[in-house]
Amino acid sequence: MAAVTTNPGTVDLREPSGWRRAKSQFATGAMWFAFACLLVPLGFVLVTVIAKGGSIISWQFLTVGIPPNVLPATFGGMGPAVLGTLLITALAAVIAIPLGVLGAVYLNEYGGNRPLARLLSFLSDVMTGVPSIVMGLFIYTIWVIPHGLTGYSGMAGAFALACLMLPIVIRSSYEMLRLVPDSLRQGSFALGATKARVVLTVVLPAATGGIVSGALLAVARAAGETAPLLFTIGVVTANNPNIFSGSNTALSAQIWLNASQPYDGAQARAWGAALTLIAIAFILMVVARLVTARFNKYPR
Amino acid sequence: MSATVQADPSTPAGSASGLTPRRPIGDRAFQLLALLSGLLVLVILVLIAITMSQQSTSWFTAEGWSGVFSLDWDPAHGKFGAMAFVFGTVVMSLIAIVIAFPISVGVALLLTEVVPRRWAQPIVYVIDLLAVVPSVVWGLWGILVLVPWLQADIYPHVASALNGIWILGNLFGPLNGNYVSGASFFTAGLVLAIMIVPIMTSLSREVIATVPASDKEGAYALGATRWEMIRGAVWPHSQVGVMGATLLGLGRAMGETIAVALVCGASATVTSHLLTPGYAMPAVIALQFGEATAGVFRSALIGMGVLLFALTIIVNLSARAIVERNARRMRGAA
Repeated sequence: MAAVTTNPGTVDLREPSGWRRAKSQFATGAMWFAFACLLVPLGFVLVTVIAKGGSIISWQFLTVGIPPNVLPATFGGMGPAVLGTLLITALAAVIAIPLGVLGAVYLNEYGGNRPLARLLSFLSDVMTGVPSIVMGLFIYTIWVIPHGLTGYSGMAGAFALACLMLPIVIRSSYEMLRLVPDSLRQGSFALGATKARVVLTVVLPAATGGIVSGALLAVARAAGETAPLLFTIGVVTANNPNIFSGSNTALSAQIWLNASQPYDGAQARAWGAALTLIAIAFILMVVARLVTARFNKYPR
Repeated sequence: MSATVQADPSTPAGSASGLTPRRPIGDRAFQLLALLSGLLVLVILVLIAITMSQQSTSWFTAEGWSGVFSLDWDPAHGKFGAMAFVFGTVVMSLIAIVIAFPISVGVALLLTEVVPRRWAQPIVYVIDLLAVVPSVVWGLWGILVLVPWLQADIYPHVASALNGIWILGNLFGPLNGNYVSGASFFTAGLVLAIMIVPIMTSLSREVIATVPASDKEGAYALGATRWEMIRGAVWPHSQVGVMGATLLGLGRAMGETIAVALVCGASATVTSHLLTPGYAMPAVIALQFGEATAGVFRSALIGMGVLLFALTIIVNLSARAIVERNARRMRGAA
């Protein structure tokens, strides 16, 4: 209590005067106003994207090729970009989620209070703050420069996104592992299980819900990222299902390319791509929520 | 809890007898795998620092310290000074913080102190939704909807109203008599503010949620109104943590690329006029990398990435240090 100094001078024991009540009500009003300040831009963006994107989007838009070099064109769709976004994000998830969960297992199950574990936990916090564009430049430096022009590929983009996701997955999984009661671990040790077996068959299953929903939120964030892809996937307008070689493209990269074009056709495709991207991120978020609700065994 | 986790390496486990001291090879392999995954974070951060610094050495050797920290950015004539971009990044992030701070603290207080729990959930959904809208979509909306609107209907009026007023005229007045631009320092700050509010709100909320109920109830029992309770009990307890959350928001704002690149106006100028086009470090990397395939230009842009990395690491470290120190102090206090 000593450090928390409440100022006794500002309160008295009488009924709050009109002025004090008014001040309090004004403060509450200001808080609601702050919330309104969030709702207005969110509503504005969602309505614009749905209105402008909804008018162009169709099954054909999602599958047809991107018109090459004819930016004013009003035909064409985003097929290669949809494919690229799904493949690149999926590969990034396949790389980052197992490594992130294992890292969290080290931090919580093996590291304990050791200096190394504390350092790694701290660094993963710091790494969540590294800008996404730095991850893109990093992969460009260690992967694209040594490989030359063949370095541009969906895989390079996936590496950059994985670097971005890794600390987020570590943080969220770590928080979930901490919630698993120790009695579960002690019970399985008492039955003679090895540590690896306890982690794999008792601790991780108990935390599955939280880990999956945290991982899905990280995937949702990565799916919308543009900056890590700018220097890693190259430029292409045709379908490239081979993620391991050849330039690729993604919805976010296509929005970036088309957004600053003065042509109606390009802008319309950008809005359509934006709606698709938001829909993908939104679906991932809703699935994460459902998973949390379904597996909510050990709530905070 | 850590005590039991710590105690187990000595736990006999594995074989049928359950008493052999040697742990099975698979068990140790799994531990090694987990350790390597954990170390990956350290490896990546170190590699970022080393490899990107290596790539940017030719920028430093070609320009020298004075060249790197000059205002002169002219790739066509081999001038690569970074300070205009550092200035832009700092100004835009500060604008974002000034706007986002009251909003996120207000919403965090709303969530913790005002609305009942079942009403809080929809508000949290709104914040989550805000966080899930990708940067490039904010940029698209910014350049095609927000910028034209501000340029046509808002900024000219603001500029003419504030022109000539002390300080405000310098900040928001028109440049050279009548020039204002929709794509500007201020617009970039505005978009950044929207983008960092979710993280700042959720971090502030976590901090404010740790205020002991006894403090709050004590304030109410003394006859405080809700606002007096917040000022007397909640704020002293959580102000340091909220500062940490704000610093983390600042770090986010500095690194945000795509939305800023689209709405900042892309002009490497240093000016006090916030309604004119500016530039930022991540934005120049994103916008000019296509032209910089090799040589000092590319090296300079990668070097800009190194500067950005260093800046955000410093901001993040200080934020974490503040939060950590505060958490320890609060544990001592409770």
